[in-house]
Amino acid sequence: MKCQFCEKPATFHITELTEPVGPQVMHLCEEHAKGFLNKEASPPMTAIASALAKQLGQSGDVLEELDQKECPVCGISFFEFRNSGRLGCPYDYTHFESDLRPLLVNVHDKTEHVGKKPTRSAGTADSLAKMIGLRREMEEAIEREDYERASEIRDEIKAMEDPIAPPSTPSDTQS
Amino acid sequence: MKRDADFDELARYSGEWMRGEGPESDIVISTRIRLARNLADFPFIRRCSDEDRLSIERTVRARMESLTDSHWKSAHYVDLEPLSEIDRQLLVERQLISREIAESDGSRAVAFDATEGYSVMVNEEDHLRIQVMKSGLDIKNTWEQVNRIDDMLEEVILYAFHPRYGYLTACPTNVGTGLRVSVMLHLPALVITEQMDRVFRSMQRINVTVRGLYGEGSQYTGDFYQVSNQVTLGHSEADLLALVGDEVAPRIIEYERKARQALLKNNRDDLHDEVSRAMGILSTARKISSEETMHHLSKIRLGISMGLIEQPDVKVINQLFLQTQSAHLQKLQGRALGTAERHARRASFLQHHLAGKDDATWN
Repeated sequence: MKCQFCEKPATFHITELTEPVGPQVMHLCEEHAKGFLNKEASPPMTAIASALAKQLGQSGDVLEELDQKECPVCGISFFEFRNSGRLGCPYDYTHFESDLRPLLVNVHDKTEHVGKKPTRSAGTADSLAKMIGLRREMEEAIEREDYERASEIRDEIKAMEDPIAPPSTPSDTQS
Repeated sequence: MKRDADFDELARYSGEWMRGEGPESDIVISTRIRLARNLADFPFIRRCSDEDRLSIERTVRARMESLTDSHWKSAHYVDLEPLSEIDRQLLVERQLISREIAESDGSRAVAFDATEGYSVMVNEEDHLRIQVMKSGLDIKNTWEQVNRIDDMLEEVILYAFHPRYGYLTACPTNVGTGLRVSVMLHLPALVITEQMDRVFRSMQRINVTVRGLYGEGSQYTGDFYQVSNQVTLGHSEADLLALVGDEVAPRIIEYERKARQALLKNNRDDLHDEVSRAMGILSTARKISSEETMHHLSKIRLGISMGLIEQPDVKVINQLFLQTQSAHLQKLQGRALGTAERHARRASFLQHHLAGKDDATWN
C-alpha cells in the first residue's frame, strides 16, 4: 500500500478518533507519519489532514483530476493546497468551492458564516481577483525581464488601488 | 507610531497581561483573543511574491500610521526582517509574535503597544493577526478591545470577505470569524492527581482544544494548558466567546480547585514538602535548564496560591517565568550566551531574585 501523501510505501497505519465523524484510518510513509504525529499538538492541521484523507478515499481518477485543478487567479493547484494545507488567494474559496465544502463541514461542521461583517463592501469579487491576477502577471513580466510590461501593469494596479489609501509618504517609496 | 522598540528595556519588565491579576488569576494566567484577517487585493502569503509581501507590509504600515486614535500613536512598529535572532526570540517569549513569523523569511512586521496589551502581526500565516492579551479570565474586555482594533483597521484596509464564508483565511480552519479565543490555565493539581486525561477527553466532545504548553514531551512540565475554540465558521463571535469563557474555562477552573482542595485535605504535607523542595532547588542550584526552572516555578506558584508559603509574591514568580527564558536572559546579560553559560546565569538570576533582590544588583 502506498502512502496517502506520496509514492513511498505506507508503513504507518494510524486510526484517528475524531468527533463527530468517527474513526478515520490513515496510511502513511514514515516521513509523513512523523509530520502528521508531530502536528497533532496543533489541532487545525490534524483536522485538515483527516478531512483531506477522507477526500483521498475518493477513487484515484477523480482525485487526480481534482489535484490538477488550478485557480485562475493565483495559480495554486488543489494538489499544492492538499500538501500544504494553505490556500493561495481569497478567490480559491470561490474557485474550489465545491471541493472545499466537504472539508469545511468536516472541520467546522458548518458552511455558513455567522457573525461580524465588515461595514464597508470590499468591491466586487471580480475586481479584487483581477488585481491579484495583475500582481501575478507583473511578477511574471519581471521574471522574463519584460520591464516595460511590468511597469504598465504596475500603473494599472495603482489606478485600481483602494481609493481610501492615504498618499504614500516619501519613506514608502524607498526600499 | 514609533518605528522601533528598545529591546534591552523591554527585557527588564513584563507586559501588563503577566501581572498576575484579574478574575481567577490563581488559576488563569491570561486571556488572549486573536483575529485572522487578509487584505482583499493580495494573494495569501503562500502565493505572495517578495514584492507582494513588501507591498502588504508598506500598505498596512501606512494605513496604521494614518489612524489618529491614541491606540496607534504610542504603538511600536517593528520590522522583523532585519532584527537579530535574539530580539525576535525575545518577542516570541513575550508572546507578541509567533514562533512561525519569527522563523519565516521575507518582509514581515509587528505593531504592539507599550503595555503589550495588543499586537498586530503583519505577514504571518495571514496578512494580519490581531491579538489582545489580558491578565486573568477577562473575555469581555479582551474581546471589546480586539474588536475595536479590528473596526479601526477595517476603516482603512479592505478585508477579504465572502458573504457565505466570512473572513477569508489562508487556512480553511480559521475561516468565518477568524477568531481564536484562548485561555491559559495553570493546572498543577490536576496534573499531580493525574486527571488531565479526563479533562482532555471531556473537552474533545465540545469543539474545544486543550493543549499543553511548554516542555511537552520533555521530562519537566510547567503544568500550563491552553484552552481554545476549535471551530471558527458557523458560530458567532459571541457564541465562541461564551463557549470558552462561560462554559469550558469555568468548568476546568472548578476541577482544578477541587483537586487543590483534595490535595490540601489528603496530602498537605507531601505537597508542602514538594513546594519547599522546589524553592530549595531554585534558591541554591548553580546551573539549571529553562524546562526544569519552569517545573519548579510551577510548584512554587501552586504553593503561593494555596497559602502554603507566603513569599515570594506571585508577581515575582510570573516575572521569573518570563525572564529566565533564553532570549530574556541574554538580553539582561547584555550578550549572547552558550547553553552551559545560560544554565549558570539562569541559576544565578533565580537565586538573586528569590532572595528578594532586584535586577539592578544582579550580575
